Amino acid sequence: MIKIEHLVKNYGSNCAVDDISFSVEAGEIVGLLGPNGAGKSTTMNILTGYLSGTSGKVSIDGIDILADPLSAKKLIGYLPEQPPLYLDMTVDEYLGFGYELKGCKLPRAEHIAEVCEVVKISDVRKRVIRNLSKGYKQRVGIAQALIGNPKVIIFDEPTIGLDPKQIIEIRNLIRTLGKGHTVILSTHILQEVQAVCDRIVIINKGKIVADELTENISRAVENNRRFNVKICGPSREVLAAIKSMSGIAYAEVLAERDGEAYTYMIESDYGVDVRKKLFYSMAERGWAIIGLEALGMSLEDIFITVVDKSADDRLSKPGRVARRRTGTKDALEKQVAETMLQDGAEKRAAADATEIEDEE
Amino acid sequence: MLAIYKKEMRSYFINPIGYVFAGVFFIMSALLCCYTTIVSSSYDTSSYFMMMVFAFVILIPLLTMRLFAEERKLRTEQLLMTAPISITGMVMGKFLAALTLFASSLLISCINFIPIYAFASIERGSESYNTTHIGPVTGQVIGCLVGILLIGAAFIAIGTFISALTENQLAAAVITIAVILGMVLLSFVNTLIDAYWLRFIVDWFSVLSRFNAFSYGMFDFSALLYYISITFVFLFLTVRVYEKRRWG
Repeated sequence: MIKIEHLVKNYGSNCAVDDISFSVEAGEIVGLLGPNGAGKSTTMNILTGYLSGTSGKVSIDGIDILADPLSAKKLIGYLPEQPPLYLDMTVDEYLGFGYELKGCKLPRAEHIAEVCEVVKISDVRKRVIRNLSKGYKQRVGIAQALIGNPKVIIFDEPTIGLDPKQIIEIRNLIRTLGKGHTVILSTHILQEVQAVCDRIVIINKGKIVADELTENISRAVENNRRFNVKICGPSREVLAAIKSMSGIAYAEVLAERDGEAYTYMIESDYGVDVRKKLFYSMAERGWAIIGLEALGMSLEDIFITVVDKSADDRLSKPGRVARRRTGTKDALEKQVAETMLQDGAEKRAAADATEIEDEE
Repeated sequence: MLAIYKKEMRSYFINPIGYVFAGVFFIMSALLCCYTTIVSSSYDTSSYFMMMVFAFVILIPLLTMRLFAEERKLRTEQLLMTAPISITGMVMGKFLAALTLFASSLLISCINFIPIYAFASIERGSESYNTTHIGPVTGQVIGCLVGILLIGAAFIAIGTFISALTENQLAAAVITIAVILGMVLLSFVNTLIDAYWLRFIVDWFSVLSRFNAFSYGMFDFSALLYYISITFVFLFLTVRVYEKRRWG
């Protein structure tokens, strides 16, 4: 249905999308997952014909988006990152405009009513968009994408800024849409793609890091066994005791301290649950566990896990993964610190400049 | 194109801007008409039309400033650019909407001539002898209306182009005022220039110098061509701006 081949997009010397290729079959729900600035939005903007790639080929249902943009665009419904709403129109006027803009042939009143029903905005149809809440605005944006019943629906961060209940509703909606349409959505939240998509394409720094079925990624993520434990007792001895246990890949003491209890970050070997064993071994020594908290994975962690998994089967050597993971973390922190320093310098320079202006 | 046209027309009237434009247009045209004909007891309408061109310096930016700047600011251009319509269709839809509002205001402002024609018929009736023509020359009025419509179209195209360059409506308006004012004032700059060849060039670009023929009631095809080409050049440039942005 959708085919992207060797897509490259440069903004000046900055490369936003770097040789991306993937294809989406009809009826699939594919999630583009990546941190902010990974190139998700750029990819989607090129897919929908808003931008043109520097090189590469994009085709929708066999139609090249550059060769025949009008026919290709007819097949697509698009919700950009910021819903493109005319704030001074009512919902009805806006959807009517969308209907005319797309040159839709379906019976007008019924089709618009049907779309409103699907996204649950029937009760606000007469209201001016400016006065709607963020959740409703987002849904009006989705309704606009659904007008004309396009074969391909593209959502750029559809649940951003919504409350948890609305997020669940939108996810259900997307899943329902997936039955009759081909859907691509982007997000930086792993749970979202896990909940909705059949396939996940992970993008980082303009490159595809992984292209996997959701279940495979979920499995890789579940294998993550990191948790924080709070244990009362002398830190050095406790750490030594933990490290001596079998099934522990990595352990360290965190700076956090709660009375006599220290917090330890522990990572177990893949497929081993060490929590019970940890409890008994600590109890034996008379050290009480007063807290245990499983740690989620950051996107950065997932990339590394997934990349490691797909590169070669290194799952049996978790120690290496752990070291690499902390390695990247350090690097990240360093990077963050550097940017903060830079920001500080810039701010100082700006402050100096205003002072000079003031003196003048 | 039709969808865009309808949307623009509607947005002129759900926003205050359409009413502001029409209101200011009618007030200015009525005052100028009154001042140039009745107050100065003249049937010559050409100075009225000349003054109207100056009024356009303020009026036209009101129409054009938001055309593209607002779409860009609200990111709604993303909707238009991903819809199955061509960029040319989008630009033409917006241009024609602005032109429609302008042309209909111009047409309605023709009621200003009713009192002038009424005065003329009264004057004609009271005079027993009828040797000279009394009242405005209808040919001249129609010629000027056509000329001023074309000037308006050219200015709207310029304003459309400038609106496509920025996402700030105010900046679009100010730049448009500056550019249109510059074009109108060229004919005055002209008189300050000694060098014949330079004067010839400046005169060629001047909007008002070409309008003179219309105010004599002549139909000047070179002027016609000049205004229409300005219109199309700037509309074409607007399309290019959008084409370019896609590749940027």
